[in-house]
Amino acid sequence: MSHDTQVLGSTAGKHKEERAVRQVPFRGGGFVHRPMGPIGAVVFLAIIALWEAGSRTGVISPIALPAPSEALGALWDLVVTGMLWKHVGASLYRLVIGWTLGSLLGIAVGLMIGLFSLARAGLLPLVSALFPIPKIALLPLFIIWFGIGEGSKVATILFGTFFPTVIATYGGVDNVDRNLIRMGQSFGLSWLSIVRKIIVPGAMPAILSGFRISASIAIVLLVAAEMIGAEFGIGAYILMAGALFATDQLIAGVALLSVLGLSISWLIGRAERALLSWRA
Amino acid sequence: MQLILDRISHRYGGTNVLEDIGFTIGDGEIVCIVGPSGCGKSTLLRIAGGLEKPDAGEVLLSGEPARDSLNPLTYIFQDFALLPWRSVEGNVSLVLEDHGVSAQERRETIADVLARTNLSGFLGALPRQLSGGMKQRVAIARALAVKPAIMLMDEPLSALDSQTRELLMDDLIGLWQRERFSALYVTHNLAEAVRLGRRVIILSRRPGRIREVVEIDMPLEERPDRVTELDRLQRHVWDIMREEAREADREIADVA
Ligand SMILES: Nc1ncnc2c1ncn2[C@@H]1O[C@H](COP(=O)(O)OP(=O)(O)OP(=O)(O)O)[C@@H](O)[C@H]1O
Ligand SMILES: [Mg+2]
Repeated sequence: MSHDTQVLGSTAGKHKEERAVRQVPFRGGGFVHRPMGPIGAVVFLAIIALWEAGSRTGVISPIALPAPSEALGALWDLVVTGMLWKHVGASLYRLVIGWTLGSLLGIAVGLMIGLFSLARAGLLPLVSALFPIPKIALLPLFIIWFGIGEGSKVATILFGTFFPTVIATYGGVDNVDRNLIRMGQSFGLSWLSIVRKIIVPGAMPAILSGFRISASIAIVLLVAAEMIGAEFGIGAYILMAGALFATDQLIAGVALLSVLGLSISWLIGRAERALLSWRA
Repeated sequence: MQLILDRISHRYGGTNVLEDIGFTIGDGEIVCIVGPSGCGKSTLLRIAGGLEKPDAGEVLLSGEPARDSLNPLTYIFQDFALLPWRSVEGNVSLVLEDHGVSAQERRETIADVLARTNLSGFLGALPRQLSGGMKQRVAIARALAVKPAIMLMDEPLSALDSQTRELLMDDLIGLWQRERFSALYVTHNLAEAVRLGRRVIILSRRPGRIREVVEIDMPLEERPDRVTELDRLQRHVWDIMREEAREADREIADVA
């Protein structure tokens, strides 16, 4: 036994002498995301700095695009006149109500389509038919139905978020591991328990990624809806600025929308981390 | 409690999967089922546990389970079937929550079954943090928690490496010696079958029929010391299965 290993050892040693030895090249890298620190912020600030420099040196004409500092000035005006909160508050109110109701209804209908054959047969064609309609096209109808005030704006956002949520939810339910459901049945869990403890958590990743999409749709629709018959709101502010060709105000309004989008995305990221920590 | 399978036949679409299968699992008996891949073993187990309806025949229970049994017919799945979003404790708790067990009693049961499967230190661990063998031990703990009268096991150890398999096998035998549950145990591993089974049922290739029943009238605790006898039995089972495979090959050759 020991003799054998010695022989093996010596031949291995000889090979080492005779042939060039090199490391197996590492090929396992890539395709994995690493945290990169504040790169996003750096890119963002660099673009703004370039833009500001371009405006100051006259490369970018002030008629084409106002300098970031001017947009900041417009934003400051909003703050000191107290209009900032009026506009943002009105927009947030519509967004939160419309998106929340749309999402709740969407999850409810999505679960029904996912769980009941009758609901699937009856509602799925309807959802497929209505989903692609741009809700902005229906805005005049919503105004007739729900009034020119908050009703039509909330309804536009509600309808816009409802359909993607339905589709994300029932897709998530369909993708829940059937073996887990079978396991629940084999232990005699009630129907409601299986839905609550196996199907809903299993569909949660899909529902949350649906939220990301529906939140962006909600912001787009918010602006569109506020462009008709709204006194306050980020959309109304942008429309007014556009009508007056006050491009600094326009950019300020667009920046507000970006901040809104970023905040929502951050909130959903937090929710994902809290609810989906088991995925890691 | 006894589980009686009475002339079970089943087909999927046009293909006969099971034909006229009948046998009884007596009180505290372990019955092993072996057979070529695709012969319908998992289907038979699903039918036995009431997860699928057979086309013909019926599955009967005779006798009452112990009064404290929450789920008389309990599965142990090949792929563990643990909820990835629940901790070890939560996965065991899941099967108790629907049975009106008080929170206090639930905690005691969970602690007890996890201690019995050597998992006490992993109460809060998520399934992805566990090795394959530990996951299967959680699945076994979960099954023990409902105090089953009959366990239905579909290749419970086949996803594990051979050392873990040996260890879990010993655990399983230890458990059986204490609890004397009845079990229907599907496996590909003939050594497992002769080590555990009071009877080994050999199914033919599809459509699955009972090809032979090998009785092993040897107490489980004596089996480790009577290896030669078990080896002979195992070879006997293997001979039958090889013959089965040869016939299948011959049929294919005839068709070709
Ligand atoms: N839901 C299903 N629908 C249609 N056919 C099925 C279904 N489940 C199983 N089958 C077929 O029934 C046959 C038996 O399947 P089963 O899973 O019971 O085999 P098995 O003996 O457990 O095989 P293995 O040893 O590989 O696990 C297979 O030929 C399979 O194709
Ligand atoms: Mg199988």
